[in-house]
Amino acid sequence: MLFHFSKSPSNNNKIIHLEYVPVHILLILGAFFMLFPFVWMISASFKSNQEIIKSPTDKIVLLPDSIRPSFLNDESDKKRIKEQKEIDDAWYATPEDKRDPRKKPFEWWDNYKNALKAQPFYRFFLNTLFVSITVTAVSLFFASLAAYAFAFFKFPGQNAVFLMILGTMMLPQQALLIPNYIMLSKMHWINTYLALTVPWLASAYAVFFLRQFFMQLPKDLFEAAIIDGCSRFGFYWRVALPLCKPSLVTMGVFSFLSNWNAFVWPLIVTNDTNLRVIQVGLSYFSSDAGNEWGQLMAASTMTILPLVIMYFFAQKQFVESSATSGMKE
Amino acid sequence: MLNKNKKDWGAYLYLMPVIVILFVFHVLPIFMSLGVSFYEWDLIGKPEFVGAGNYTRLFDDPMFWKSIWNTIYYAALSIPLTIFLSMGIAILLNNPIKGLGFYRTAYFIPVVTSINAVAIVWNFIYHPEIGLLNKVIGWFGISPVAWLQDPNWAMPAIILMSVWKGLGNNIIIFLTGLQNIPKHLYEAARIDGANRWQQFVHITWPMLSPTTFFIFTMSVIGSFQVFSQVYMMTPRGGPLKSTMVVVYYLYRKAFDQFEFGYALAMAFVLFLIIFACTLFNKLYVEKKVHYS
Repeated sequence: MLFHFSKSPSNNNKIIHLEYVPVHILLILGAFFMLFPFVWMISASFKSNQEIIKSPTDKIVLLPDSIRPSFLNDESDKKRIKEQKEIDDAWYATPEDKRDPRKKPFEWWDNYKNALKAQPFYRFFLNTLFVSITVTAVSLFFASLAAYAFAFFKFPGQNAVFLMILGTMMLPQQALLIPNYIMLSKMHWINTYLALTVPWLASAYAVFFLRQFFMQLPKDLFEAAIIDGCSRFGFYWRVALPLCKPSLVTMGVFSFLSNWNAFVWPLIVTNDTNLRVIQVGLSYFSSDAGNEWGQLMAASTMTILPLVIMYFFAQKQFVESSATSGMKE
Repeated sequence: MLNKNKKDWGAYLYLMPVIVILFVFHVLPIFMSLGVSFYEWDLIGKPEFVGAGNYTRLFDDPMFWKSIWNTIYYAALSIPLTIFLSMGIAILLNNPIKGLGFYRTAYFIPVVTSINAVAIVWNFIYHPEIGLLNKVIGWFGISPVAWLQDPNWAMPAIILMSVWKGLGNNIIIFLTGLQNIPKHLYEAARIDGANRWQQFVHITWPMLSPTTFFIFTMSVIGSFQVFSQVYMMTPRGGPLKSTMVVVYYLYRKAFDQFEFGYALAMAFVLFLIIFACTLFNKLYVEKKVHYS
C-alpha cells in the first residue's frame, strides 16, 4: 500500500537513474521535514516529564530512556539515568503508605494512562465517534436523495434550487457562526447532541459531488426500470445507490475526517464536559496540562491515530478525489 | 414521456431534508446576521438599535486595524511560501521515480491530521527551553528564540506550521495540473535545445497558471479565515497582540465579551474583504492566466 510504484516503463528496467538522485535527495529531505514532527510527538509521548525537561539541549534523543539499549547512552545519558534510578529506588524503598504518588517511577505507558485519567477522553472519543458517524451516514443519505432528484427528475424550480444549494458553499463560515449560536440558544439546543449534528446533516458539497456521478448514469436505464414498474425510490435504493458506492465511500471519508477534526462549531455550541468532542477536549487539555508535554503528546497521538489509520485504508481514493475536487472550480 | 411531466412536485420530497436544513442553518442566519449587525446586543438583554454605529465604531477601533494588518501579514508570507514549495515539490514528484507512493503519503499526512493536535506538537517544537527548533538552530550557533512568546517571531512561527500543515493538499492539486500538460510540448522544446529552466519558464509555468491561480484564490480566502492554529498556539492574541487575526478578534468579541452586534459587523466587513479579494483576483489576476 505504502510503496506502489509508478507504472511508467522507465521503472521496469532495474537501472538506477543517476539523474534522479538529486530529486530523491530533495524529496527525502522534504519528507523528513513533513514526518519528523510526528516522530518527535510519538517519541515524547513515551518519555517522562523529567526526561523531557532534563534532556540535553544540544542533541535530539529519539528513543525514550525506558526502551533505549544501554550501548547508545553517552556519559550524560548514563549520569541522568543513574540519578533517576536513585530517585526511583528511594521511592520503592519507602514504605507504601509514605510514598509520594507524584514521584512514582515512570512506566512507558504512563503518559497515555494519565492523559486518559486527567480528562474523560473515552467520553470525548465516543462523542466524536457518535457525531462523526451520525453526520456522515445521514448527510450522505440526504445528499444522495437530493442528488438523485436533480439528476433524474425534471421539476419546477430545479435550476433555482440547485443554484441556492451551491450558493450556500460560498457563504462565510464566521458570519454563520454567531447567528446560528443565537438561534440555537433560543431553541435551547446549546449543549445538546442536536446542536452538534443537525445543522451538518445537509452537505451542499456532497449534493454537488454525488449529482455529478448520477448524471453519468444512463437515463435509459432509469426510464426502462420505471416502465417495468420499479418505483422511483426503488430505483434509487436498488440501482442508483449501489452503483455510486465508490463516490459514497470517497464522500464518506471526507465527511468523517472533517467531522472528526471539527473544532470551532463544537467549541461554541457546547460547554458541557459530557458533550465535549475530541478536538475541544484536546484544546481544554492543552490549557490545563500546561507543561505536561509527555501527556500532551500522548493525547495528540491518540487524536491523530484514528485519522492516520483511516487514511491508510482509503489512501488511493482520498488523494485522487481531493485532487479532482480541488479542480472543479 | 417521463421527462415531460413538468409539474413533478414529488421531486421535492427527495430534496426536502437538504433544503430545510440548508435554509434554516445556512441561509437564514446570513440575513439574521446582517440584521443583528445594526444592533447592540449581548444576547441576554434587549437588542438596542444603533444603525451603522457598529460599523463606524469598527473603523475607529485600532485593534480591528491591527487584526487586519496581522491577517494580511499572514497571507503575504504564507501564500507565496506555500505556492513556491508545493509547486517545486510537485515538479519533483512528477518525475518517473521510485517511491512515489511513499513521498505522496509523507507529504499528505499533515493534511489528514487535526490542526489542534498538530498545533500542540508544534507548541512543543517551538518551546523556548526544551523545543526541537532551538536545539537545531543551536547546532548552527544561533542563540535560542522564544518563538511563540516573541512578538517578532510568533506570527512567522504560526505561518511555518500552517504551511507545513497545508502543503500536501496543494502538492496534489499541482500534480494533477502538471499531469494535464501535454508531453509533446516538452519533447518539442528538447528538440529545439531548451534546457530545464527554459522548459519551466516557457512551458510549465504558463501551462500551470490556471492551477496556480486556483490555489492562489483559495489560499487568499483561507488566509482571511485563519483561526484554529492562532487559538491553540497563541492564546489571547499572542505577545503584544502580534497574532490577533480578524477571525480570532471576532471570536473574542462575540464569545468573550458578548458584543454580538459588533462581532457580526466585523464578520460582514470580513466577508466584503474576502469577496473583494476574490473579485479582484477574478478580474485582474486571472488576466495573467494562460488557458489553452
